[in-house]
Amino acid sequence: MSGDRLAFALLSGGLPDASTLAPRVDALFYALLATSTLLVLILVVLNLTLLIRYRRGSPAPRGPLPFSQIKLEIGWIAVTLAIFLGFFFWGAWLYLDQTRPPVDAYEIRVIGRQWMWDVRHPNGRREFDELHVPIGTPVRVLLSSEDVIHSFFVPAFRVKQDAVPGKVVSAWFEATRPGTYHLFCAEYCGTEHSGMTGQVVALAPEDYAAWLERGNQVSNLPIRGRELFVRYGCAGCHSPGSQVHAPLLEGIYGRLQPMANGEFVHVDETYLRDSILIPGRQIVAGYPNLMPSFQGVIPEGDLLELIAYLKSLGAANPPASPGLAP
Amino acid sequence: MPDYLAAGHTVRSWLGTLDHKRIGLLYLASITVFFWIAAGAAGLMRWDLLTPQGDVVTSDLYNRLFTLHGVLMVWFFLIPSIPNVLGNFILPLMIGARDLAFPRLNLASWYIFMAGGALVLYAILAGGVDTGWTFYTPYSSTYANGHVMLMAVGVFVTGFSSIATGLNFIVTIHKLRAPGLTWFRLPLFVWSLYATSLILVLATPVLAITLLLVALERLAGVGVFDPKLGGDPLLFQHLFWFYSHPAVYIMILPGMGVVSETIAAFARRRVFGYRIVALSSLAIAVLGFLVWGHHMFVSSQSVYAGVVFSLLSFLVAVPSAIKVFNWTATLYRGSISFETPMLYALGFVGLFTVGGLTGLFLATLPIDVHVHDTYFVIAHFHYIMVGGMVMAYMGGIHYWWPKISGRMYHEWTARITALITFFGFNLTFFPQFVLGYLGMPRRYHVYPPEFQTLNVLSSAGASILAVGYLLPLVYLGWSFFFGRRAGPNPWGATGLEWRTPSPAPQHNFERTPVVTTEAYHRGEPTD
Amino acid sequence: MSTAADPELSPFRDAEQRSVANHLGLWTFLATEILFFGGLFMAYSVYRYAYPEAFAEGSRHLDFWIGTINTALLLTSSLFVALGDHAIKAGRHATLRGCLIGAWLLGALFLALKFHEYHSKYVEHLVPGLNFRYDEPTHWAPQIQLFIFLYFALTGLHAVHMLFGLGAIAWVLWLDLRGRVTAQRHGGVEMVGLYWHFVDCVWIFLYPLLYLIAHR
Repeated sequence: MSGDRLAFALLSGGLPDASTLAPRVDALFYALLATSTLLVLILVVLNLTLLIRYRRGSPAPRGPLPFSQIKLEIGWIAVTLAIFLGFFFWGAWLYLDQTRPPVDAYEIRVIGRQWMWDVRHPNGRREFDELHVPIGTPVRVLLSSEDVIHSFFVPAFRVKQDAVPGKVVSAWFEATRPGTYHLFCAEYCGTEHSGMTGQVVALAPEDYAAWLERGNQVSNLPIRGRELFVRYGCAGCHSPGSQVHAPLLEGIYGRLQPMANGEFVHVDETYLRDSILIPGRQIVAGYPNLMPSFQGVIPEGDLLELIAYLKSLGAANPPASPGLAP
Repeated sequence: MPDYLAAGHTVRSWLGTLDHKRIGLLYLASITVFFWIAAGAAGLMRWDLLTPQGDVVTSDLYNRLFTLHGVLMVWFFLIPSIPNVLGNFILPLMIGARDLAFPRLNLASWYIFMAGGALVLYAILAGGVDTGWTFYTPYSSTYANGHVMLMAVGVFVTGFSSIATGLNFIVTIHKLRAPGLTWFRLPLFVWSLYATSLILVLATPVLAITLLLVALERLAGVGVFDPKLGGDPLLFQHLFWFYSHPAVYIMILPGMGVVSETIAAFARRRVFGYRIVALSSLAIAVLGFLVWGHHMFVSSQSVYAGVVFSLLSFLVAVPSAIKVFNWTATLYRGSISFETPMLYALGFVGLFTVGGLTGLFLATLPIDVHVHDTYFVIAHFHYIMVGGMVMAYMGGIHYWWPKISGRMYHEWTARITALITFFGFNLTFFPQFVLGYLGMPRRYHVYPPEFQTLNVLSSAGASILAVGYLLPLVYLGWSFFFGRRAGPNPWGATGLEWRTPSPAPQHNFERTPVVTTEAYHRGEPTD
Repeated sequence: MSTAADPELSPFRDAEQRSVANHLGLWTFLATEILFFGGLFMAYSVYRYAYPEAFAEGSRHLDFWIGTINTALLLTSSLFVALGDHAIKAGRHATLRGCLIGAWLLGALFLALKFHEYHSKYVEHLVPGLNFRYDEPTHWAPQIQLFIFLYFALTGLHAVHMLFGLGAIAWVLWLDLRGRVTAQRHGGVEMVGLYWHFVDCVWIFLYPLLYLIAHR
């Protein structure tokens, strides 16, 4: 048994490469590994040779150095620096790709909570400690946390991103082969940290679509967000018939919004979120600062649904399941 | 003039001493105790990790164990190890001074250290802390139960001991060098202690204020780092790593200094590229302050900040690599013998190279995203901290043991112990690199079964490593009382500390020595 | 700072070497102090940048006049210390003592006013962790609490340094009365002066950052 496990561990097949990113990260990793191994081998051989040849009492010649010390120093500083910079640029180039999700990525919301992953798909299907994703589709995971810092880690995809309370951050990947992979929380989050694990199930797009439909969805995220919009009293002010002078929110998402202080703000998820939690931070030009803060009133899950609703107000077509159709 | 050991035998003559050598031994005794407590915790964890279910301890206890291990090893063993034990003992001897510049401050720093240690031990006995040594907010400030405040205050207090020692070293190196001992005639160990002291003095206060803020946040319920109350948890990480990354260099620079000394002594040659090795210590200390953000590549800090920190992290690796090349080149045309300190030094060079190269993996952004917070990181920093610093510490203890005790240890026992340590270390930590790349996260009490084989290998290695650390206690302890007497200079080494009797006299030198030659100068290479 | 009284134990070759070493020691210590306060200043900068309105509103709860008067007191007190140092170099002991007493009294007055200000914050229910309650209509209550907390942390840490400084001034005064300060041997006065100026400098940053940012 353990022989198999060792083989699993030592062979490259031990860790599946199941995303578009994985082979690119592996290539960089193995290039660096080969360079390092070569360097270690050179040093070991060189050291052993010198240690044996110049052991005390050996007949090897001693005395002053027969070569220029400073040239040697400059030489190895230059070579080291060149190799290091090469790997830096390779890494940075890949990292920029890794951190920029494609614009049409399919969005799934994931909330970390001591000690579980709470996953919400666009059509409202919800699952815990499991994440179903379609292969061949860029998936953008919108991460947030309800308590402490967690970290979304899928080794098979070479993806990791901290979920930080108080903000929404995103990570993206495109799964390439169907299968079941580990999902770990990588940032220590308390007693049951090592129990905050789950599975990522990558499915062919049609299987994923079927899985979505089978689910327990009550209604999709924007529709639930619409209900919350009424329940939390947002509609009382932000609607055409309101007595209160509050901005209307139709088409708000993605707009360049002028602020009272003369600046312009690009309306994204962070802005919408801040406007709900800390409304006084950025005041829209032409409106008084009236709105109360909803900090501590709206839980993280509801917040995501509200933002999904606000986004859907701006979209030409409500997002059913984009990216699935070829 | 009596030697420093014969100068008094009462408890008071030790606890009230102003002699830097005795204070060095006070540190030696105290950090040995802390080391074994922390090592015991590591042993329990490795035992627990033999099975994937983790059935030796509970998750809660496991979390307390790794916190205890980290806090004690970092602040109560590694940071004081070479600077406070060997630095205290040997620095004034190396520069021909009678003592450190401020002997009372030196003794006070030991008492502060012990006060901090007492608080931390009390926090552990009272139930422990489960935040990890990094105290990440908002977990530590809001969610963790346990004695976080006590622990944080303990570390806070100990910080002032570090600052006092660093300040003392800086002033001593600047102002108390023997006549003729110019900066570029200083032994490289002194250079490394100087660079270390700069970090101690400039980084530690930031840690102090950060831990104070965490403690106050818990006490007052203010959200300095809690997003629910307007705070920013990333601010904590920035402040913490602004200290803790330079602190990593506190935990390796002195080791590099010891290795330079031992290789020069046992290869009977001046260290190749002396000036470059000396200046690279300073370069590491300065650049070390600019790379803290590489601990935060996946923390949601700005992508461009990540790129800049990655570049700087590659740059800080250059001076370290230079040192390795220069140590190797020192062997060329040397006259090399293989006493125990040399074996530890060679072990250091090998393990530090592996630790340093895997540091490049972590500086490479996409690889770090994958292996951040996995066992890869654990293996990497243990190669630096244990394979590097502890190897150098053991080597240094053996190298200066004749000066400390006046006696020789049993050479072959010590050589075999060094080999056991080297083997046990690699068996413990090499499998962790593989575990990390396969995706096993750190601080996991329960893990998926496919990781078991590698964990068993690692635990087996840990038991061998324990033997390697236990044996020196026995044979060094024995030799302290019964070993063969050592002359003033048993290794035939250069350096002022070898020109005075062993054990060192109370005031170090009969007459203040005058230096007229470069460091490691021995006329024509002999033998 | 240890200036070993017993020449046997002193590691220094002569008084000159000891004096330069003491100075270097104090400067190094002040460097660590800058970074110690630096952490708090960093927290202040980050949150002021994030919540400028809350910080302005929080600042309105501080007493502008007490802050201003305290600034004047502290600067004058620093001047006294500098004059004292100048006087002792010419051997004028009476002037030195007068200056030290003056500096001490001004420093004590500063702390008394500071204490009064802390007390009034307590009365207004503005002490975080003790009785913080913010009733005025605002979205910013937690952020204002953050400001007030930073106010207490910064000025509290500064006040602790003031206490040490007052102790040090009293110590130098005592040394002088015992005849251990002379025109040739006045290192203690210089060192205490240096420290006192540093404490002063910190306040020069605290005063505008805390008291002058309100929109009045």
